Amino acid sequence: MKVEVGVNGVAYERDVEPRTLLVYFLRKLGLTGTNVGCDTTSCGACTVLLDGESVKSCTVLAVQVDGRSITTIEGLADGEELHPMQRAFREHHGLQCGYCTPGMVMAAVSLVAENPDLDEHQVREGLEGNLCRCTGYHNIVAAVLDAAQSSREGAW
Amino acid sequence: MSILGNRVLRKEDQKFLTTGGTYVEDVPLEGAVHIVYVRSPMAHARIRSIETSEALESPGVVAVFTAQDIDLDPMPPGAPFANRAMTRPWLADGVVRFVGDMVAAVVADTRERAVDGAELVFVDYETLTPVVDASTAADNPTLVHEDAGTNVVLRLPDDFVSAGIEQVAAEVDLFEGCDVVIRQRMVNQRVAPCPLEVRASAAKWEDGHLTQWSTTQAPHSVKDTLVQLFELQPDQVRVIAPDVGGGFGAKIGGYPEELFVAWVSRRIDRPARWVETRSESMMTLGHGRGQIQEAELGGTRDGKLLGYKLTITQDAGAYPNFGAFLPVMTRLMLTGVYDITKTEFSSCSVATNTNPTVAYRGAGRPEATAAIERMVDIFADEIGMDPAELRRKNLIGKECFPFTTAVGTTYDIGDYEQALDRVLEAAGYAELREEQRQRRDSGDTKQMGIGLSTYVEVTNGIPGSEFGAVEVLADGKARVRTGTSPHGQGHVTAWAMLVADQLGIPVEDVEVIHGDTDEVPRGVGTFGSKSLQSGGVAVHQAAERVVEKAKKLVADLLEANPNDIELDKENRRFHVAGTPSVTKSWAELVEASGDAGLSAEVDFAAPGPTFPFGAHIVVAEVDTETGHVSLERIIAVDDAGRLMNPLIAEGQVHGGLAQGVAQALMEEMCYDDQGNPITANLADYAFVSAAELPSFETHPMETPTPINPLGAKGIGESGTIGSTPAVQNAVVDALSHLGVRHVDMPTTPIRVWSAIKEAKGDR
Repeated sequence: MKVEVGVNGVAYERDVEPRTLLVYFLRKLGLTGTNVGCDTTSCGACTVLLDGESVKSCTVLAVQVDGRSITTIEGLADGEELHPMQRAFREHHGLQCGYCTPGMVMAAVSLVAENPDLDEHQVREGLEGNLCRCTGYHNIVAAVLDAAQSSREGAW
Repeated sequence: MSILGNRVLRKEDQKFLTTGGTYVEDVPLEGAVHIVYVRSPMAHARIRSIETSEALESPGVVAVFTAQDIDLDPMPPGAPFANRAMTRPWLADGVVRFVGDMVAAVVADTRERAVDGAELVFVDYETLTPVVDASTAADNPTLVHEDAGTNVVLRLPDDFVSAGIEQVAAEVDLFEGCDVVIRQRMVNQRVAPCPLEVRASAAKWEDGHLTQWSTTQAPHSVKDTLVQLFELQPDQVRVIAPDVGGGFGAKIGGYPEELFVAWVSRRIDRPARWVETRSESMMTLGHGRGQIQEAELGGTRDGKLLGYKLTITQDAGAYPNFGAFLPVMTRLMLTGVYDITKTEFSSCSVATNTNPTVAYRGAGRPEATAAIERMVDIFADEIGMDPAELRRKNLIGKECFPFTTAVGTTYDIGDYEQALDRVLEAAGYAELREEQRQRRDSGDTKQMGIGLSTYVEVTNGIPGSEFGAVEVLADGKARVRTGTSPHGQGHVTAWAMLVADQLGIPVEDVEVIHGDTDEVPRGVGTFGSKSLQSGGVAVHQAAERVVEKAKKLVADLLEANPNDIELDKENRRFHVAGTPSVTKSWAELVEASGDAGLSAEVDFAAPGPTFPFGAHIVVAEVDTETGHVSLERIIAVDDAGRLMNPLIAEGQVHGGLAQGVAQALMEEMCYDDQGNPITANLADYAFVSAAELPSFETHPMETPTPINPLGAKGIGESGTIGSTPAVQNAVVDALSHLGVRHVDMPTTPIRVWSAIKEAKGDR
């Protein structure tokens, strides 16, 4: 089946098997930043933005995004300039092995975009669907709160 | 001023945050086929037949292999002293021994077509009775390995005595002089390590040379295995661990699934790749823990602990791996931070029809700490003493180090009482107890538990050397080669800091190469909290040698005495003391050094392990009507000696704490009585998320070890070792006034609720 989709601002037109999941579609475009960490929509490593909102790309068929727009971790920074969320993850040591990181960052971007005025509890609840085995989430939560602060200050 | 001890941001992060890392699945490999393993759905069965013809006709399928195609010897057990008859065939040879055992390998041009092909392999099984319960496995007439004649893999101390490693201890009256002896059976449950990246492996042969990509913590050891397996010369094998998405001990060894990729690639003469699914990983990546502990602790009514006995049944799973060896590690740390002079230990590791157990964050030491810390709490409850007070009375004093315990382990250095004092103060212990008293008095349905643990653990516990090399490049930048194999631990930053500290070359100009056996001649890898104190020290010493060499060169060039040469690290230039105007830069020295270059290699072997310690307090709220536990606070004092980068060290503690909470509160890898795994995906397995955790209150303490020149100990596993019993103790502490004495991990709502009901019924 034919899929036309914008990914990180670039238009793609591809023929796909109907069963192709969005995450594998993206990875076949060479965008391997989006990872697959489970097979039950539990871990969130594959989180990307679909028309600006976070989705787990392992649970979306490629054909479902026809005519829509996707942002992956590769498309988040503005050239060399890191997105405030990326910067906050770095400054707070919010990543270790890096495997959950692209999905975690994209989920966090969407979470803060939805509600920049969120507290620690809301960050923890909001990221429940994104699993990390390395950080114990402490620094991830700190990073997201910091980025949310910068968003409220108009830095986004 | 030295850069060491500063919160330097990680060099690694940029790529992970912008393009993502390059994991094995991401490595481009032109023309690679994909392998999918057909796995046993039965825990124990005889294979009557395997029908592969339909699979072979499936579109894209290139080959299907079964045991009859294999020309490799079975894999020996992966644990020292394990029963040698318990070997593992590459693909099941007549019998399957756990759900997930590999039966056939389907090779196709794409992953999807390999999955389709695997669906068309039909295996006829004749069911055998499975051995599932480890506690009765030793006496179970059903044998996991018939050839072995027993389900016993390794028995302590018996097997060590017969190997001549130790003498039989003289008979002692273990509990002589004790007013009180308490007994408790505890299950340190089987858990799934769950690195976020599952296993993956890829292989390519060119002119008899094998390149293998592996998501491993120890690429050099994978290389050694491949060299032996295919009877090759060492220079014919290159193993690359690209970015590795976590390991936690479960990715130390080379698994058959990974190594077999090289066999397939050679056989069909095409590059090959295997990437498992998470469900596959939950079933077949080694599990952790899996100990049943019977403990007895004796002492006086005024709180002097005198005798301790621990008897362990260790579940090794179907094919003994490092899990079978865990009791040896548990025994090393038997009495923890306490001066208990009489001990008795025995263990029996058994084979069962379950997934093999391996090392998992702490590997035998969390089990030791869980046992003694739970027992100390029960003892305190029994004699009506505050658990902090009982601990204080029995801690090994800071003046006693080096201290050799009753089991013969020599601790390097410690100040356990200070750690306890600090955590009590940081927590506001007295106020917490007061609040607890008020809630108890008011009969609140939400009770408060305060859980303590004071721990010591062993890091770099398995002696050996680690490789480190430093080279200054023509442009004045530096390159490090390390035998450690980081997968989240931040060595690229930390090792660059060690070089910057000595050479003055800034962190951003120091490249760190790891995880490639062609680029790094020797290496052990990253596990057992050993990297900084072995590989880090090697880098540190190599950097020192480079500076010495440079000074000699400068002395020659400036016709001065090498002892008079100084390195101005700020400006990265050498000069003769007293004449700072005439200088030589690193780049100039590299040029002057000619073909010899300016580099040094060190294989550093520490004279012994180190023993990080600490004290944790967990404050939990337990809903006595539902059994739900919520964690209010986790306060951790951890002493890993001198910290090179507190930012990274804290990160290690955080992750450790979360995994401790996970085991204590939520996670368990469960099998039903037929040996079917029933928590074999991330929807069923209670992987801890951000929502179950509070932010952590960490308080570093730095008691440098005399064991190595950096004064550093390991920090990777401490958080888990300390926090697991602190959480469990908090849960029980919340309920102790109701008559609850013990709740096994994971302390799930149903278990907590049942314990309360049972305690009430008893009264």
